[in-house]
Amino acid sequence: MLRYALLRIFGAIPTLLLVIALAFLMVHAAPGGPFDAERVLPPEIEENIARAYHLDESLPQQFIRYLGGLVRGDFGPSYRYRDYSVSELIGNALPVSMQLGVLAMLLAIVAGVAAGLTAALSKNSFIDRLVTGIAMTGISVPVFVVAPVMVLVFAVYLQWLPASWTGGTSISRLILPVVALALPQIAYIARLTRASMIGVLSSDYVRTARSQGLRTISIIRYHALKPAMLPLLSYMGPAIAGILTGSVVVEEIFGIPGIGQFFIRGALNRDYTLVLGIVIFYATLLILLNLVVDLLYGILDPRIRGR
Amino acid sequence: MDELARRMNHGIPFFKCLSRQRLGIFACIAILLSACGGVEDARRESVLNRGLGAEPESLDTHKARTNQAGDVQRDLGEGLSGYTADGQLELAAAERVEVSDDGLQYTFWLRPESKWSNGDRVTAHDFVFSFRRLVNPATAAFYAQQSLGDVVNATEIVAGKRPAEDLAVEAIDDLQLKITLNNAVPYFLALLTHPSTFPMHRPSVELYGDAHARPGNLVSNGAYKLQAWEVGSYIEIVRNEHYRNNDKTAIDRVRHHITPEDATELNRYRAGELDITFSVPSEAFQQMRKQRPHELRVSPYLAVYYYGFNLTRPPFRDNPKLRQSLSMAIDREILTEKVTARGEVPAYGWVPPGINNYEPRQFLYATLSKDERHRKARELYREAGFSEDKPFSVEIRYNTSQGHRRIALAVQSMWQEVLGVESTLINEESQVLLENIRMQDVTEVFRLSWTGDYNDAHTFLSIMESDNPSNLTGFHNDEYDGLMDKAAVQTDLRVRQVYLEEAEKLLLAQHPVIPLYFYVNKNMVRPRVRGWEDNVLNYHYSQHLSLSDTD
Repeated sequence: MLRYALLRIFGAIPTLLLVIALAFLMVHAAPGGPFDAERVLPPEIEENIARAYHLDESLPQQFIRYLGGLVRGDFGPSYRYRDYSVSELIGNALPVSMQLGVLAMLLAIVAGVAAGLTAALSKNSFIDRLVTGIAMTGISVPVFVVAPVMVLVFAVYLQWLPASWTGGTSISRLILPVVALALPQIAYIARLTRASMIGVLSSDYVRTARSQGLRTISIIRYHALKPAMLPLLSYMGPAIAGILTGSVVVEEIFGIPGIGQFFIRGALNRDYTLVLGIVIFYATLLILLNLVVDLLYGILDPRIRGR
Repeated sequence: MDELARRMNHGIPFFKCLSRQRLGIFACIAILLSACGGVEDARRESVLNRGLGAEPESLDTHKARTNQAGDVQRDLGEGLSGYTADGQLELAAAERVEVSDDGLQYTFWLRPESKWSNGDRVTAHDFVFSFRRLVNPATAAFYAQQSLGDVVNATEIVAGKRPAEDLAVEAIDDLQLKITLNNAVPYFLALLTHPSTFPMHRPSVELYGDAHARPGNLVSNGAYKLQAWEVGSYIEIVRNEHYRNNDKTAIDRVRHHITPEDATELNRYRAGELDITFSVPSEAFQQMRKQRPHELRVSPYLAVYYYGFNLTRPPFRDNPKLRQSLSMAIDREILTEKVTARGEVPAYGWVPPGINNYEPRQFLYATLSKDERHRKARELYREAGFSEDKPFSVEIRYNTSQGHRRIALAVQSMWQEVLGVESTLINEESQVLLENIRMQDVTEVFRLSWTGDYNDAHTFLSIMESDNPSNLTGFHNDEYDGLMDKAAVQTDLRVRQVYLEEAEKLLLAQHPVIPLYFYVNKNMVRPRVRGWEDNVLNYHYSQHLSLSDTD
């Protein structure tokens, strides 16, 4: 297993290099530069700024300079947040986004699995239809609609919860963003769990277990839950990606100083180094998470481990 | 207690006057009182929560660029001059200024009581240090040219042709500063309100280098000092006890919240998290006007919203008739009343109202009735070679935003209705649009705006000079440049005004741009905020504000 993991990690390096090169080309190909504004700068000042940020060098030179920095663990200075380096910005934003993402993921799994199980056990009943209906709505209504509505109801009218990151305590300010971020995932997970649980429950070995007189709760716990979770596990990769991209919107709406917000601002401002830094960070994260999911799969399903 | 009073009168320390029992009781009371006092102090500390808009790129006054950075910097520092609450120019760090008769030499006397937030004295050398750093090419400051471009040798220094020490800014002694200009600049004191001209605390800049403007490092000379900066969230500043006017500062702590989205900002305001907003979203404007008329503040602002023509290429090059007909066909009243509907002022000229020493000019057609205007527009349209059978087709470019789109749609339909023009709307992300406008290759008609930097007509008229980098239409007129040059060397304000007004008249006759409306300031201000006065620059120093207990 260790050998497999190491091989995968080394195999990811060319992928990462390709991502860096492509991202570098793409941000530089986007029209406009980081220092363009309606107030155009006098040419000599423009030159001074270009020199200060090495933007006067050729693109290959800039790329080599950038890679050199990366090797030393330096993502370079941010062009837009001129008092900070990209490493500092990501370092500050990461714990915030992590907190948000992990909590949303936990909530999504707990609530999603619970709802899915309930629906599966009372298949075709009123509860089942209710859960499936809500799940369908959850999937189809986007975060940028749900979140502002939640703010309007819970923060503006009822005033139970803060409307933004700086408006509340360390716990109250998390509630709305975490729920907003988790909602679509809850819906997905509920549907997945329901479908796979219904499949497992109608399988032969469950029927055997029933005929032996086992109680439903025991059947689920000892026989059905683990195999029913496999599709859910393969969904974890996309789910994490969904939460990462969802956080871009949620952070914007709630004014949360997380990575997603820097990503948007960075792209709009042509903050080359900041965007590149975040792309590299996201790419690494996704590669690692996919690896973790694959390893977990092996643990849950012995058939895969053997291969 | 008589005994106690007698003993104390004899100068025996208070606690020695007390028996042990009494001491115990007093101690308890003292603890209780101090506990209550603590609570009371915490409650009495007044905290203001302001929406700032977009995040400042830096709090280094030389590296910042946006108005939002300026809003925080004006709380943190002060230059030789500044503004009163209602936007009148006043001396700030200087207590007196003398200007030579030819308008070229400024001598400032600094206030001896001015101190930095660490207690050091503010001296003329701090200004010299800051000014030299501002023009030094290695600093790469955005505002070097605009703020100090008229100072002797500044332009050469910025271009790297002279050392920064050659800048004609001199500390005669600790409190006396002399600045020499190339030409008379009647608005020079207004330029010196800009944060890029604030003094800098040399020891801390030299110690921390690029990190000198961070919390914990920044030493400032204004009413507040920097406490914290959570990037992406807020900037917190607290009272500077060493500030010369600290007695008059009412608010102890100010949080400038980063609020790039106006809809989100308004929600935060309505949820009670903000006292002042940076803006008001257009979708919610009418609702706020109805629900909270006393909190919605709308006042004229020094900025113009305009459509520019690309004058470097056909169809608009050498075609003033076509430009004029398009300009005349736009009904600005409908735009401001029905489309933008936030109290904007229809623009029939280039320089907005509210500028000192200036009488804004208007298009000659501004006095015509709507029908006459349309008739004349059609006439010009035909003279330019177009008709119903041979309609003119054009592209309108604007940066992606709902508001700009609605205006473009309205303009499109007005041109269609009055002239039969077929226009295509193209929205682009703002950096893309700016790049296209600068390249002058694909653009025909494009949306832009211009915000004045100081209260003088020059800030608007100068960007139409042929060598100005912000002249994005490609307008070039020797006569116009000549009038601007004449105004530049003129020290008599009344004569200068005549030149500037002539220049604007000439500009309007050429129709290089279609000014659509003059902006207004739009803020929500909670009733408990006192001291807010509307002004054309929309500067609201936190030190001029105070908070009452009730809304």
